[in-house]
Amino acid sequence: MELLFKPWPWYISGPLIALVMALLVLMGKRFGMSSNLRTICAIYGAGKFSNFFKYDWKAQQWNLIVALGVLIGGFLAANYLSDDKAVAIAQDSVVVLKELGFSSAGTTYMPSEFFANEALLNLGKLSLLLVGGFLVGFGARYAGGCTSGHAISGLSNLQLPSLIAVVGFFIGGLIMVNLIFPLLFT
Amino acid sequence: MKRLLYLLVGVFFGIVLFKSEAASWFRIYEMFRFDAFHMYGIIGSALGFGVVFTQWIKRGNTKSFFGDAIKIASKERSFWRYALGGIVFGLGWALAGACPGPMYALIGAGYFPIAVVILGALLGTFCYGLLKDKLPH
Repeated sequence: MELLFKPWPWYISGPLIALVMALLVLMGKRFGMSSNLRTICAIYGAGKFSNFFKYDWKAQQWNLIVALGVLIGGFLAANYLSDDKAVAIAQDSVVVLKELGFSSAGTTYMPSEFFANEALLNLGKLSLLLVGGFLVGFGARYAGGCTSGHAISGLSNLQLPSLIAVVGFFIGGLIMVNLIFPLLFT
Repeated sequence: MKRLLYLLVGVFFGIVLFKSEAASWFRIYEMFRFDAFHMYGIIGSALGFGVVFTQWIKRGNTKSFFGDAIKIASKERSFWRYALGGIVFGLGWALAGACPGPMYALIGAGYFPIAVVILGALLGTFCYGLLKDKLPH
């Protein structure tokens, strides 16, 4: 029981994520967490600007309900299933992050430099969060899926397109962390 | 009834995302620096089970919980959309430290600046819709 409140190891978490995919497939749906962004755009009238958003979004409401569930799950896990939320990342990462100005590395769940509520008052930080989100949303639709749709579902279905997308995810991530971070944070 | 099931699967997924620390910005950073096995272990073990499950579904005539036939669609063949879209996504994943699933879990967990990331993701999705026909796919 006590273990429940500690961070869950990868060999528990990974199979449980596979279980989530299995449950959705067995309900006749797909495991893909970025489609709901398109659904939200469609609900708010984006169909007036692009045919990409003219589709039967009512049939996609289930993916919004799943997203709402994820939100509730995050609330429950953070408030009732965690005693200490600090993420014990590798010491090598902590050292580099501290040099980049992330002094919260190793002591919190999210870097408080960007995810404490005070960050909302800092225009520079807000723009970086906005740009990060923009790239995620744009890239996910361009690639036709995100981590769940390609890295888990697509690769599980042995799809070459998903492998290309996942290699792309890593090229992008490696460029950001190793080449762009040193320019952004000094 | 179906809606309640979708909600419950979502709740379970949200808990797993948070407790596995896959929703932590730090874990994504660490992954892209190859400093720890954690994220590779999560994705790798999910894939191990995922491949077995998916092949089982594709070979059998398993019906869904609701009695319908299950169809797992293949991805459209192409190169550029996956390569370029993937790179753009990866840049954002490392910067925001969250992919779409964890974004919702983090809002629930009370890290409210993630709302700006979600807003950005909606804008990005919208702009892709506008530019779709002009991009190489």
